[in-house]
Order: sequence, then C-alpha cells, then structure tokens
Amino acid sequence: MPSTLSRKMGENRFVITAELAPPRGSDLTLFQRMADIVAPHVDAINVTDNQGANMRMTPLTAAALLVQKGIEPVMQLTCRDRNRLALQSDLLGAAAMGIHNILALTGDHITCGDHGQGRAVFDLDSVLLIQMIQGMNEGRDINGKPLDGKTAFFVGAAAAPEVEPFAVTRPKLVKKAAAGARFYQTQAVFDPQRLSMFCATVKPLGVKVVAGILVLRSAKMAEFINRNIPGLKIPPAIVERLAQAADPAAEGLRIAVEVALECRTTCHGVHLMAMGRDEVVPSIVAALN
Amino acid sequence: MIVSTQKPLDQILPALEGGTRVFIIGCAKCATVCKTGGEEEVFRMQEELIAAGKEVTGTIIIDETCHMLRTGRDLRSRKEQVEEADFLLVLSCGAGIQSVAEASDKKVVAGSDSKFLGNIRRFGQFEQRCSLCGDCRLNDTGGICPVTVCPKGMLNGPCGGMEDGNCEVDDSNRCAWVTIYERLEHQGRLEAMDHATPSRDFSHKRHPHNLSLKKG
Repeated sequence: MPSTLSRKMGENRFVITAELAPPRGSDLTLFQRMADIVAPHVDAINVTDNQGANMRMTPLTAAALLVQKGIEPVMQLTCRDRNRLALQSDLLGAAAMGIHNILALTGDHITCGDHGQGRAVFDLDSVLLIQMIQGMNEGRDINGKPLDGKTAFFVGAAAAPEVEPFAVTRPKLVKKAAAGARFYQTQAVFDPQRLSMFCATVKPLGVKVVAGILVLRSAKMAEFINRNIPGLKIPPAIVERLAQAADPAAEGLRIAVEVALECRTTCHGVHLMAMGRDEVVPSIVAALN
Repeated sequence: MIVSTQKPLDQILPALEGGTRVFIIGCAKCATVCKTGGEEEVFRMQEELIAAGKEVTGTIIIDETCHMLRTGRDLRSRKEQVEEADFLLVLSCGAGIQSVAEASDKKVVAGSDSKFLGNIRRFGQFEQRCSLCGDCRLNDTGGICPVTVCPKGMLNGPCGGMEDGNCEVDDSNRCAWVTIYERLEHQGRLEAMDHATPSRDFSHKRHPHNLSLKKG
C-alpha cells in the first residue's frame, strides 16, 4: 500500500494528523501557507469536504496540491454531495493524483450549512462508501465491473467514543471495519477514560484508533460548537474551565495537550482539530514528543 | 393519505391576474382531512376571493379529485359555471390539480402544495412514515423506515450527528436508528443490524410511474 500513514500505523508508530479546510474561493495562498506551517510537524493533513455542509473548494484539488508539495493528505469524502458515479470518479481522480488516504464519511446534513436549499444526495452512506472503496482497491467498481487500474486507498471511518447511546453506534462500527475501514478517526474526545473503553471495545476489530483533539479558544466558542456542530459535545466541565481561565486560549491549548498526552497510551494516534488556529499545531506536537 | 397545505392568498392572487371569474374545486378525500380543500376551506376561499374583488362562478367538492374520469364527469355536470370562469382554482394535492387540468382547457391554478404521504396521528396531526421508495426494507428494520424517518436515509445505523438519541437535523426528533435499535433489541433480534444493508436501487424511483392491473 503506497500510503505512508498506513505504513506508520502498521509499524505501530503513534501518528499525528491535523486538518485544513480548502478555501471558500479559488485562492489557495493561505491554504498553502498553513500547510507549510503544519506539515513538518504531522504525519498527514486531512483536507475537509464542504465541512459542516458549507461550500468550499473540492478537497480533491486541495489534497492533490499537498501531494505536489510532498505532503501526505487524508482526503475526506462525504456522501452528501455526490452520488455513486461522482464518488467513484472523484476517487479514481484522487488515486491518479497520488492521494492514498481517504476518510469516508456520510457527511453533515445539507440543512446544517450555508446551502440549506440544495438537494442532499446520500445515494450511499459511509458503510456503503467504504465497501465501494474496498471494491475499487480490489479492481472493480460498485457494480462489480473491472477497472482499468485499481486503487490502493488506506481507508478511515468516523467514530464517536463519547456519543450516547453508544450501543446503537456499535453495529455500524463493526460494519465499517468489515467493509474495509483500517482506522477510526474519532470525534473530539475529552474523557480519556471513555476513549480507553472505546479502544477496548473496537480492539477485536483490528482497526487503529486516531483520537480527535479539539483546540478550543474560549467558553463562547465551546458553547457555539455545542449549539451548532452536529455530533460535537463539549462537556460542561471543560466549558467551565475555559470560562474561569484568565487566558482562555492558552487554557484551550492546555486542555488539548492534556487529552493528547493521555491518548499516547490508549490509542494509535491523534488528529488535531485546531479550528483555524493551525499555528498552535507545532506546540501541541512538541508537548507530545 | 396525501398531506397538502393551502398556499397563502398572496401567492394565489398573482396567479389569478388577468381575469376576475374563478371556479373553485376542492376534494372530499385527503384535502378535506388535512383542511386544504374541504367544504370549509372552499367556502373560506370563496369569501376571500370575493373580498379581493374576484367573482366566484361556483364551487364543487369532488369525491377524489385524483380520480380522472370522475373529475371530468363532475366538472361536466357544472359545465356552465366552469365555462363562465377565467380560472379553475384547485385546492387538492398535485394529482388532483392535474386531473382538473386534463379535464378542462381552462387555466388551472394550484391553490395548495402537496407535502408528503402521511400517517394520521390524530385529528389534524400527520407524520411521514413512508416515502414510496419502491424498495421496502421494513422487514430488516423492525418495521421502522430509516429511508423516511432519517433525514439522510441512512441504511446502516445512525450518523455521527446523533446526540443523546436525537437527530442532528431536528433534535426534537428521536434518531430513527435509535428507535430501530430499541425495537430490534426488544424483539431479541439485534443481529439484524450486524451486516451491511445493500445500497438502494434508485431505478425504482424513476418517474413517471405507471401501473396497470389489466392482465395480458
């Protein structure tokens, strides 16, 4: 498998990924600048796909640009905006551009974002998307017809260790693993104990766990996320800590480092979600090393 | 039944510009139950149009406007009033509106929007449970349809937006997959969730649909 991320995880090395959103326009200058700042400190950079159903440049282009710069991308791909034809064409395009890692997602509902009147596609869901990619890796399309050149994607899936009720999500995690997911990238974690329980639960599936680490800036930001971002819940204790802090941004960074340090012993990597503060990534990584 | 809602008058009046005489058509079935085009609503529409300076040549409540032959026959029985009118204003689902359009050369004005195939909870309360997908999966999902009840039509379990068992799109709704899980657990057949459900065959949704029960 050409994915370096896959090789490192296979060698049980603790991986660190970060994420960047493509621009809301055609100018990639800032995206490239942030990529240059973050890349030397991480193993791969996730490129988000119309995150939160807000329109951005296609992750295919932004991820291909990272490849050209010698940076390993994880291209996030959702089922919200593409039917099975478009998903397969973008995947073949990604493979041709040297993109080797895919985070296969269902995607937030279109009404969560800035194009609420658009038509949501959801031809497939994340399990079926992973299954389809596995088929493409074996050289066939979703209908079983042979491809001229198979893909070699290292596929990740989303997981939410702190969601309630967790039991309802478990069968789907099993299906994602059976479909071909090789790592779970988790939703932001705050409770290391829950994360270690999660890791124990999914261990028999043989899927690596990369824990999501959210870098918060203020109590206000945490409350905004709780209100507006699906599937992301920041516990009241954390919001309170930020509210009481003299320097909330520094406190947010401290919280992120604390959780990330705990993850070193429980899972296989961390995924840093700096929420636009990408310049803090190097300091978190330094604290981890 | 087909749940529809009446368009607001300020959307209906512009469609009636260029003429003054209106014949109003309601429906005795679904549109009566959801109070879009029953006796009461047709009468109220008549009053409102008169207040807006229109002349109402007549009204009729057809028993099932979606029934094309019956709609044609009923309109012929009121031929004079229909002929006098500049517009036929129809307060029924889109199927009924098109039965009228097929039965008459007059300009047909839609006075309502068709919303969904609805179950009736109680009087005046409707819920969408089936989206007529043509590819029923209810045998595998404890009799609860994720294609309809989940806004994303998830086939393999809840999405990442589920929180405390509620839906990311509207947190006053339970996640379809939480209710499916609870039902299957209660019935001792959670193993129904163990294997990936095949992708949907959207060719079933290719329209327009036709069905003829005639043999041969």
